[in-house]
Amino acid sequence: MIGLVVVSHSAKAAEGIADVAEQMGGGNARIVPAGGDEDGIGTSPDRIREGIEEADDGDGVVVLVDLGSAVMNAELAIEMAMDVDAIIADAPILEGTLNAAVETTSPKATLDSVVERATDARDYRKLN
Amino acid sequence: MADVETQRDAVLDALDNVAARLAEEKGYLTDLDSAIGDADHGANMQRGFGEAAEKREAFAEMDPDEVVKNVGTTLISNVGGASGPLYGGSIMFASQELEDGITAETSVAFAEAYLDKVKDRGGAEVGSKTMVDALVPAVHTYKKSIEQDDLPPLTALAKAVDAAERGVEFTVPLKALKGRSSFLDWRSVGHQDPGATSTLFILEELLATAEEYLDGAIDRDAHAGDAARRDE
Repeated sequence: MIGLVVVSHSAKAAEGIADVAEQMGGGNARIVPAGGDEDGIGTSPDRIREGIEEADDGDGVVVLVDLGSAVMNAELAIEMAMDVDAIIADAPILEGTLNAAVETTSPKATLDSVVERATDARDYRKLN
Repeated sequence: MADVETQRDAVLDALDNVAARLAEEKGYLTDLDSAIGDADHGANMQRGFGEAAEKREAFAEMDPDEVVKNVGTTLISNVGGASGPLYGGSIMFASQELEDGITAETSVAFAEAYLDKVKDRGGAEVGSKTMVDALVPAVHTYKKSIEQDDLPPLTALAKAVDAAERGVEFTVPLKALKGRSSFLDWRSVGHQDPGATSTLFILEELLATAEEYLDGAIDRDAHAGDAARRDE
Protein backbone atom coordinates (compact mmCIF):
# COMPACT_ATOMS: atom_id res chain seq x y z
CA MET A 1 0.00 0.00 0.00
CA ILE A 2 1.18 3.50 -0.82
CA GLY A 3 2.11 5.38 2.37
CA LEU A 4 1.47 9.05 3.12
CA VAL A 5 3.58 11.49 5.11
CA VAL A 6 2.09 14.78 6.30
CA VAL A 7 4.68 17.56 6.70
CA SER A 8 3.58 20.74 8.44
CA HIS A 9 5.50 23.39 10.37
CA SER A 10 3.28 22.42 13.31
CA ALA A 11 3.44 18.89 14.75
CA LYS A 12 -0.14 19.38 15.96
CA ALA A 13 -1.31 20.40 12.49
CA ALA A 14 0.37 17.36 10.91
CA GLU A 15 -1.21 15.03 13.48
CA GLY A 16 -4.60 16.69 13.14
CA ILE A 17 -4.56 16.48 9.35
CA ALA A 18 -3.55 12.82 9.56
CA ASP A 19 -6.47 12.23 11.98
CA VAL A 20 -8.99 13.94 9.70
CA ALA A 21 -7.76 12.05 6.64
CA GLU A 22 -7.79 8.73 8.48
CA GLN A 23 -11.31 9.31 9.75
CA MET A 24 -12.73 10.46 6.43
CA GLY A 25 -10.54 8.54 4.04
CA GLY A 26 -10.80 5.18 5.68
CA GLY A 27 -8.88 3.86 8.62
CA ASN A 28 -6.75 1.55 6.49
CA ALA A 29 -4.58 4.27 4.99
CA ARG A 30 -0.94 4.41 6.14
CA ILE A 31 -0.52 8.04 7.21
CA VAL A 32 2.50 9.24 9.18
CA PRO A 33 2.54 12.81 10.53
CA ALA A 34 6.01 14.43 10.46
CA GLY A 35 5.49 17.99 11.63
CA GLY A 36 7.48 20.50 13.64
CA ASP A 37 11.17 20.44 14.49
CA GLU A 38 13.31 20.30 17.63
CA ASP A 39 12.45 23.90 18.47
CA GLY A 40 8.72 23.57 17.92
CA ILE A 41 7.45 25.32 14.80
CA GLY A 42 9.46 24.33 11.73
CA THR A 43 10.28 21.30 9.64
CA SER A 44 13.08 18.79 10.08
CA PRO A 45 14.60 16.75 7.25
CA ASP A 46 15.60 13.98 9.65
CA ARG A 47 12.09 13.73 11.07
CA ILE A 48 10.58 13.69 7.58
CA ARG A 49 13.02 11.01 6.43
CA GLU A 50 12.06 8.82 9.39
CA GLY A 51 8.40 9.39 8.52
CA ILE A 52 8.99 8.36 4.91
CA GLU A 53 10.79 5.21 5.97
CA GLU A 54 8.04 4.39 8.46
CA ALA A 55 5.24 4.99 5.92
CA ASP A 56 6.85 2.83 3.23
CA ASP A 57 6.01 -0.85 2.96
CA GLY A 58 7.82 -1.17 -0.37
CA ASP A 59 5.16 0.42 -2.60
CA GLY A 60 6.31 4.02 -2.20
CA VAL A 61 5.24 7.15 -0.35
CA VAL A 62 3.46 10.38 -1.23
CA VAL A 63 4.50 13.42 0.82
CA LEU A 64 2.05 16.24 1.54
CA VAL A 65 3.58 19.58 2.58
CA ASP A 66 2.53 23.00 3.81
CA LEU A 67 4.79 26.00 3.07
CA GLY A 68 8.30 27.15 2.28
CA SER A 69 10.96 25.12 4.03
CA ALA A 70 8.55 22.17 4.32
CA VAL A 71 9.04 21.69 0.58
CA MET A 72 12.84 21.97 0.69
CA ASN A 73 13.17 19.74 3.73
CA ALA A 74 10.85 17.14 2.18
CA GLU A 75 12.95 17.14 -1.01
CA LEU A 76 16.08 16.67 1.03
CA ALA A 77 14.46 13.91 3.12
CA ILE A 78 13.50 12.05 -0.07
CA GLU A 79 17.11 12.28 -1.28
CA MET A 80 18.30 10.92 2.07
CA ALA A 81 15.75 8.06 2.13
CA MET A 82 17.36 6.59 -0.94
CA ASP A 83 15.66 3.18 -0.81
CA VAL A 84 12.14 4.61 -0.83
CA ASP A 85 10.25 5.71 -3.92
CA ALA A 86 8.75 8.98 -2.69
CA ILE A 87 7.06 11.94 -4.42
CA ILE A 88 5.90 15.32 -3.13
CA ALA A 89 2.33 16.19 -4.18
CA ASP A 90 1.76 19.80 -5.25
CA ALA A 91 -1.51 19.98 -3.34
CA PRO A 92 -3.21 21.77 -0.43
CA ILE A 93 -2.13 19.81 2.61
CA LEU A 94 -5.46 18.90 4.22
CA GLU A 95 -7.63 18.32 1.16
CA GLY A 96 -4.72 16.68 -0.63
CA THR A 97 -4.05 14.27 2.23
CA LEU A 98 -7.73 13.37 2.43
CA ASN A 99 -7.95 12.68 -1.30
CA ALA A 100 -4.72 10.72 -1.25
CA ALA A 101 -5.88 8.65 1.72
CA VAL A 102 -9.04 7.62 -0.12
CA GLU A 103 -7.02 6.66 -3.20
CA THR A 104 -4.45 4.60 -1.27
CA THR A 105 -7.23 2.28 -0.08
CA SER A 106 -8.17 1.43 -3.69
CA PRO A 107 -6.74 -1.91 -4.82
CA LYS A 108 -5.61 -0.28 -8.08
CA ALA A 109 -3.73 2.56 -6.40
CA THR A 110 -0.26 3.42 -7.70
CA LEU A 111 2.18 6.09 -6.65
CA ASP A 112 1.11 8.16 -9.66
CA SER A 113 -2.61 7.73 -9.05
CA VAL A 114 -2.26 8.82 -5.42
CA VAL A 115 -0.26 11.90 -6.42
CA GLU A 116 -2.84 12.69 -9.08
CA ARG A 117 -5.76 12.41 -6.66
CA ALA A 118 -3.95 14.60 -4.14
CA THR A 119 -3.24 17.18 -6.83
CA ASP A 120 -6.92 17.20 -7.87
CA ALA A 121 -7.60 18.92 -4.55
CA ARG A 122 -6.02 22.10 -5.91
CA ASP A 123 -9.19 22.79 -7.85
CA TYR A 124 -11.64 22.41 -4.97
CA ARG A 125 -13.75 25.45 -4.21
CA LYS A 126 -15.34 26.00 -0.83
CA LEU A 127 -18.01 28.47 -1.94
CA ASN A 128 -19.98 28.29 -5.13
CA MET B 1 47.39 22.23 -3.23
CA ALA B 2 49.34 20.23 -0.75
CA ASP B 3 48.96 16.66 0.52
CA VAL B 4 45.75 15.19 1.87
CA GLU B 5 46.58 15.88 5.54
CA THR B 6 47.22 19.56 4.84
CA GLN B 7 44.01 19.82 2.86
CA ARG B 8 42.07 18.24 5.71
CA ASP B 9 43.69 20.59 8.22
CA ALA B 10 42.75 23.52 6.01
CA VAL B 11 39.13 22.35 5.86
CA LEU B 12 39.03 21.84 9.65
CA ASP B 13 40.56 25.27 10.27
CA ALA B 14 38.12 26.85 7.83
CA LEU B 15 35.30 25.18 9.74
CA ASP B 16 36.61 26.53 13.05
CA ASN B 17 36.97 30.02 11.60
CA VAL B 18 33.48 29.98 10.08
CA ALA B 19 31.95 28.70 13.34
CA ALA B 20 33.74 31.38 15.38
CA ARG B 21 32.72 34.12 12.96
CA LEU B 22 29.07 33.06 12.93
CA ALA B 23 29.07 32.92 16.73
CA GLU B 24 30.45 36.45 16.73
CA GLU B 25 27.89 37.65 14.17
CA LYS B 26 24.94 35.80 15.68
CA GLY B 27 23.31 38.95 17.04
CA TYR B 28 23.92 40.92 13.86
CA LEU B 29 22.42 38.21 11.61
CA THR B 30 19.46 37.90 13.95
CA ASP B 31 18.93 41.68 13.78
CA LEU B 32 18.93 41.52 9.98
CA ASP B 33 16.54 38.57 10.08
CA SER B 34 14.22 40.19 12.59
CA ALA B 35 13.59 42.99 10.10
CA ILE B 36 12.39 40.73 7.28
CA GLY B 37 12.32 37.13 8.59
CA ASP B 38 11.67 35.21 11.75
CA ALA B 39 14.75 36.39 13.66
CA ASP B 40 16.40 32.98 13.89
CA HIS B 41 19.07 33.10 11.18
CA GLY B 42 21.91 34.03 13.53
CA ALA B 43 21.02 31.37 16.08
CA ASN B 44 20.47 28.74 13.39
CA MET B 45 23.76 29.33 11.62
CA GLN B 46 25.69 29.53 14.87
CA ARG B 47 24.16 26.28 16.13
CA GLY B 48 24.74 24.41 12.86
CA PHE B 49 28.37 25.37 12.32
CA GLY B 50 29.03 25.16 16.06
CA GLU B 51 27.85 21.53 16.07
CA ALA B 52 30.02 20.80 13.01
CA ALA B 53 33.10 22.39 14.58
CA GLU B 54 32.55 20.29 17.73
CA LYS B 55 33.10 17.20 15.58
CA ARG B 56 36.69 18.13 14.74
CA GLU B 57 38.06 14.99 16.38
CA ALA B 58 35.63 12.72 14.58
CA PHE B 59 36.55 14.41 11.30
CA ALA B 60 40.28 14.09 11.90
CA GLU B 61 40.60 10.70 10.16
CA MET B 62 38.50 11.53 7.11
CA ASP B 63 39.47 12.64 3.64
CA PRO B 64 38.82 16.35 2.96
CA ASP B 65 35.76 15.68 0.80
CA GLU B 66 34.27 13.44 3.50
CA VAL B 67 34.79 16.16 6.09
CA VAL B 68 32.98 18.63 3.84
CA LYS B 69 30.17 16.12 3.27
CA ASN B 70 29.78 15.54 7.01
CA VAL B 71 29.70 19.28 7.66
CA GLY B 72 26.77 19.32 5.23
CA THR B 73 24.87 16.54 6.98
CA THR B 74 25.52 18.15 10.37
CA LEU B 75 24.06 21.43 9.10
CA ILE B 76 21.02 19.60 7.71
CA SER B 77 20.29 18.15 11.13
CA ASN B 78 21.02 21.28 13.17
CA VAL B 79 20.32 24.45 11.23
CA GLY B 80 16.58 24.21 10.67
CA GLY B 81 14.23 26.23 8.50
CA ALA B 82 15.14 26.75 4.87
CA SER B 83 18.79 27.38 5.73
CA GLY B 84 19.36 23.72 6.68
CA PRO B 85 18.62 22.28 3.24
CA LEU B 86 20.04 25.29 1.40
CA TYR B 87 23.42 25.47 3.14
CA GLY B 88 23.75 21.88 4.40
CA GLY B 89 22.16 20.07 1.48
CA SER B 90 24.19 22.05 -1.04
CA ILE B 91 27.49 21.54 0.79
CA MET B 92 26.74 17.82 1.03
CA PHE B 93 25.90 17.62 -2.67
CA ALA B 94 28.88 19.67 -3.85
CA SER B 95 31.36 17.72 -1.69
CA GLN B 96 31.56 15.01 -4.36
CA GLU B 97 33.46 17.48 -6.55
CA LEU B 98 36.32 17.33 -4.03
CA GLU B 99 36.78 13.54 -4.24
CA ASP B 100 40.12 13.93 -5.98
CA GLY B 101 41.34 16.55 -3.53
CA ILE B 102 41.16 20.32 -3.29
CA THR B 103 42.74 22.10 -6.25
CA ALA B 104 41.97 25.29 -8.14
CA GLU B 105 40.01 23.19 -10.61
CA THR B 106 38.00 21.13 -8.12
CA SER B 107 37.25 24.18 -5.99
CA VAL B 108 35.65 25.84 -9.03
CA ALA B 109 33.61 22.67 -9.63
CA PHE B 110 32.60 22.65 -5.94
CA ALA B 111 31.53 26.29 -6.05
CA GLU B 112 29.47 25.77 -9.20
CA ALA B 113 27.82 22.60 -7.88
CA TYR B 114 26.99 24.41 -4.63
CA LEU B 115 25.46 27.36 -6.47
CA ASP B 116 23.47 25.10 -8.81
CA LYS B 117 22.03 23.17 -5.88
CA VAL B 118 21.07 26.33 -3.98
CA LYS B 119 19.33 27.76 -7.05
CA ASP B 120 17.65 24.47 -7.87
CA ARG B 121 16.42 23.87 -4.32
CA GLY B 122 15.35 27.38 -3.46
CA GLY B 123 14.18 28.55 -6.88
CA ALA B 124 15.79 31.98 -6.41
CA GLU B 125 17.63 33.96 -9.08
CA VAL B 126 19.77 37.09 -8.86
CA GLY B 127 17.47 39.89 -7.72
CA SER B 128 15.22 37.71 -5.55
CA LYS B 129 16.91 39.16 -2.42
CA THR B 130 18.44 35.93 -1.16
CA MET B 131 21.85 34.35 -0.65
CA VAL B 132 21.93 33.85 -4.44
CA ASP B 133 22.63 37.59 -4.81
CA ALA B 134 25.95 37.09 -3.02
CA LEU B 135 26.70 33.64 -4.39
CA VAL B 136 26.25 34.22 -8.11
CA PRO B 137 28.76 37.08 -8.42
CA ALA B 138 31.16 35.25 -6.09
CA VAL B 139 31.09 31.96 -7.97
CA HIS B 140 31.21 33.57 -11.42
CA THR B 141 34.10 35.83 -10.39
CA TYR B 142 36.00 32.89 -8.89
CA LYS B 143 35.52 30.75 -12.01
CA LYS B 144 36.51 33.53 -14.40
CA SER B 145 39.54 34.49 -12.33
CA ILE B 146 40.83 30.93 -12.32
CA GLU B 147 39.82 29.66 -15.74
CA GLN B 148 40.00 32.76 -17.91
CA ASP B 149 42.34 35.22 -16.18
CA ASP B 150 44.62 32.46 -14.88
CA LEU B 151 44.97 34.12 -11.46
CA PRO B 152 46.29 32.26 -8.41
CA PRO B 153 43.46 30.70 -6.32
CA LEU B 154 44.04 33.06 -3.41
CA THR B 155 43.69 36.15 -5.61
CA ALA B 156 40.65 34.60 -7.27
CA LEU B 157 39.04 33.95 -3.88
CA ALA B 158 39.71 37.51 -2.73
CA LYS B 159 38.02 38.82 -5.87
CA ALA B 160 35.10 36.46 -5.26
CA VAL B 161 34.69 37.79 -1.71
CA ASP B 162 34.65 41.35 -3.02
CA ALA B 163 32.02 40.38 -5.57
CA ALA B 164 29.94 38.75 -2.82
CA GLU B 165 30.20 41.92 -0.75
CA ARG B 166 28.82 44.02 -3.59
CA GLY B 167 26.10 41.39 -4.00
CA VAL B 168 25.13 41.80 -0.35
CA GLU B 169 24.84 45.58 -0.78
CA PHE B 170 22.74 44.97 -3.86
CA THR B 171 20.12 43.15 -1.75
CA VAL B 172 19.29 46.27 0.30
CA PRO B 173 17.01 48.07 -2.21
CA LEU B 174 15.39 44.90 -3.55
CA LYS B 175 11.92 43.60 -2.82
CA ALA B 176 12.06 40.00 -1.59
CA LEU B 177 10.65 37.41 -3.97
CA LYS B 178 11.42 34.24 -2.01
CA GLY B 179 11.03 32.90 1.48
CA ARG B 180 9.31 34.42 4.44
CA SER B 181 10.45 37.97 3.65
CA SER B 182 8.47 37.81 0.39
CA PHE B 183 5.28 37.87 2.49
CA LEU B 184 6.26 41.40 3.53
CA ASP B 185 6.05 42.58 -0.07
CA TRP B 186 7.42 46.15 -0.39
CA ARG B 187 8.21 46.34 3.34
CA SER B 188 11.26 44.16 2.66
CA VAL B 189 12.80 47.02 0.65
CA GLY B 190 15.64 48.82 2.43
CA HIS B 191 16.79 45.82 4.45
CA GLN B 192 19.91 43.78 3.81
CA ASP B 193 19.32 40.08 3.21
CA PRO B 194 20.51 37.90 6.12
CA GLY B 195 21.26 34.84 3.93
CA ALA B 196 23.42 36.85 1.54
CA THR B 197 25.17 38.32 4.58
CA SER B 198 25.94 34.97 6.24
CA THR B 199 27.15 33.68 2.88
CA LEU B 200 29.59 36.61 2.73
CA PHE B 201 30.82 35.92 6.28
CA ILE B 202 31.48 32.27 5.36
CA LEU B 203 33.39 33.32 2.22
CA GLU B 204 35.44 35.85 4.21
CA GLU B 205 36.49 33.11 6.62
CA LEU B 206 37.36 30.75 3.76
CA LEU B 207 39.58 33.53 2.40
CA ALA B 208 41.17 34.15 5.80
CA THR B 209 41.92 30.43 6.11
CA ALA B 210 43.26 30.23 2.58
CA GLU B 211 45.58 33.16 3.33
CA GLU B 212 47.10 31.14 6.17
CA TYR B 213 47.66 28.12 3.96
CA LEU B 214 48.54 29.74 0.65
CA ASP B 215 51.10 32.11 2.00
CA GLY B 216 50.18 35.69 2.15
CA ALA B 217 47.48 38.25 2.73
CA ILE B 218 45.58 39.65 -0.20
CA ASP B 219 44.49 43.26 -0.56
CA ARG B 220 40.75 43.43 -0.84
CA ASP B 221 39.10 45.96 -3.15
CA ALA B 222 39.25 49.53 -1.87
CA HIS B 223 35.52 49.49 -2.49
CA ALA B 224 34.94 46.66 -0.03
CA GLY B 225 35.69 47.33 3.62
CA ASP B 226 32.69 47.39 5.90
CA ALA B 227 29.99 47.90 3.32
CA ALA B 228 28.14 44.78 4.43
CA ARG B 229 27.39 46.48 7.73
CA ARG B 230 26.18 49.71 6.21
CA ASP B 231 22.66 49.50 7.61
CA GLU B 232 23.66 48.93 11.21
